[in-house]
Amino acid sequence: MAPLTMIEAIRDALVHEMERDERVMVLGLDVGRLGGVFRATHGLLERFGPERVVDMPLAEGAIIGSSLGLALSGLVPVPEIQFLGFTHQAFHQIGPQLARYRFRSRGRYHCQVTIRAPFGGGVRTPEFHPDAIEAQFVQTPGIKVVCPATPADARGLLLSAIRDPDPVLFIEPQRLYRRGREEVPEGDATVPFGRLRIARPGSDLTLIAWSAAVELCLRAAERLEEDGISAAVLDLRTLVPLDVAGLVAEVARTGRAVVVHEAPLSAGFGAEIAATLQEECFYSLDAPVARVAAWDSPYPTGPLEAWYLPTLERVVEAARRTAAR
Amino acid sequence: MTGYRILDPDGNLLDGARPRLGPEGAVEGLRWMLLSRAFDARATAMHRQGRFGTYSPVRGQEASVVGSSMALDPTVDWIAPSYRELPALVRHGMPLERVFAGYLGRGKAARIPDEVRLLPNQVALATQLQHAVGLAWGLALQRKPGVVMAYCGEGASSEGDFHEACNLAGVKRAPVVFVLINNQWAISTPRSVQSAGELYRRAEGYGFPGVQVDGNDLLAVYEVATEAVERARAGEGPTLIECLTHRQSFHNTTDNPRLYLPEGWLEQAEREDPIRRLEAYLAAQGVWDDGVRAAVEAEIAEQIEGALETALAMPAARPEDLFDDVYADPPERLRRQREELLGRAGD
Repeated sequence: MAPLTMIEAIRDALVHEMERDERVMVLGLDVGRLGGVFRATHGLLERFGPERVVDMPLAEGAIIGSSLGLALSGLVPVPEIQFLGFTHQAFHQIGPQLARYRFRSRGRYHCQVTIRAPFGGGVRTPEFHPDAIEAQFVQTPGIKVVCPATPADARGLLLSAIRDPDPVLFIEPQRLYRRGREEVPEGDATVPFGRLRIARPGSDLTLIAWSAAVELCLRAAERLEEDGISAAVLDLRTLVPLDVAGLVAEVARTGRAVVVHEAPLSAGFGAEIAATLQEECFYSLDAPVARVAAWDSPYPTGPLEAWYLPTLERVVEAARRTAAR
Repeated sequence: MTGYRILDPDGNLLDGARPRLGPEGAVEGLRWMLLSRAFDARATAMHRQGRFGTYSPVRGQEASVVGSSMALDPTVDWIAPSYRELPALVRHGMPLERVFAGYLGRGKAARIPDEVRLLPNQVALATQLQHAVGLAWGLALQRKPGVVMAYCGEGASSEGDFHEACNLAGVKRAPVVFVLINNQWAISTPRSVQSAGELYRRAEGYGFPGVQVDGNDLLAVYEVATEAVERARAGEGPTLIECLTHRQSFHNTTDNPRLYLPEGWLEQAEREDPIRRLEAYLAAQGVWDDGVRAAVEAEIAEQIEGALETALAMPAARPEDLFDDVYADPPERLRRQREELLGRAGD
């Protein structure tokens, strides 16, 4: 296969699964004729027809709630929520319904549903479009939270998500949709959940991230190398399930860790990482686990974004401080 | 405002009315209504003894629940309940002992059997309507037979999900029947606070028919529901049925309606009692009298006590029930939590 951008890899995964399994269908806002606002579903309507590629009424709660029912009927819906920030208008159908339907029905039912949603900052979108609210879904047991950072992972993880018998929230970094191309394995090459990826090896400290922040950490690691600091970069890939063993093994090796995310600091998933590391490998740590996150203020619009998001400078500074302690 | 009716409150057939439900079917319906009322009494008594979970009685609404569900064929059709539809669930195939098991905290024993086309009770009001629409739409997409009957109350009709579900159902012409049981009260909040308009008329805005029916008239509810199910089965799309009825009891076993019911309201509701009305009608038809009633009630008592006994003998909830149905393939961390709790539970 020619090298793909992330959006092409996602589209390729959808086509592959729809070819492989006729139960798979796509539904959402503008996913049909337009092919999605990012063109993730471009060409699908022509290829699979309006019963499997469905433009929905503008109601996020109905997109998710009806996906739950479609799954009960035996189909495999892959709803798209146009932006992760819009899931607030479907949250009551995701956390309390989709995620816990297996539990509530004592195992009688399960919901094979993959919700795709773009998110993340740095592309000057309007309000609510960039909000990084992934940690909210970690607090609703029953759903898996998957956040690829590369084209190859996007395709492989999306195959795993669509085939998973349980609901998956699959969040896509809009900033990286068309940022670069890479070779993407073809066919049924799935990427399993719960196994982190070492995006860059290093020996002095470990930068931990997921989604677009992985790319930021890779740039930070290059800068740190100029200072003679060898920084490893871990891509968690999935927050649920979390690769606790992999995380602990990698951080214990360097003894120093910095977590980076686009969500606000307080009760962000970085807090979970820091707590896990002190529980699991406290005596291997040579420095406190540092966090670089967005501020505890609402996601802003326009030029304020540049001050809000974690920057290269903040990551590098935190890493230097952590390396020096 | 009474809605469509076939029987007057004293059980007399209205002039020219020709009930679709024959005497035999009506007796079957009455039996379900009596079972429901007996279960209410048993459940409430057990709750007062501290042996039963929080329970929402059906009392007063039996004709709405039973009449609508009798329009369904349990071998192909589905029910998406709220939480006050007990006789519909049992008629549809949910074993009574499993209903008991749920309220007795028996864990897995309360699971809906695999062959019963029933969704779990829903406490997050109106969310189940969205699931019902998706299920109905999905059945139609796969050319599978089956109609989905979704229940909610007039309180739930104020939720955004009610609007979203009706709207999507109309767009997809989904084979779904919305049964809105307007019992006049959402805990202590009266009907007048929920909406300024007539609820059944909302259907017009969604592009499908809405009907208002006397929810205390089993024959009328059955007829309206049967027509709606036939329409759905024929691919003609959804129907909204508003059943006008009364909640003759409390919201649930923790509620005290004396704090808010206006004086005389309950007495008026009891005068329009659906069981009394149907009994009078069937007595006039010559198929019901005190003797038959006594025999049916004895049979029901035996059925309820038998189911209760079976449920009490079912295995109790176990700590692993907390973990076993969260994921097909639980994350390592959840597996460790399970081991931690089970280790402690064994201490």
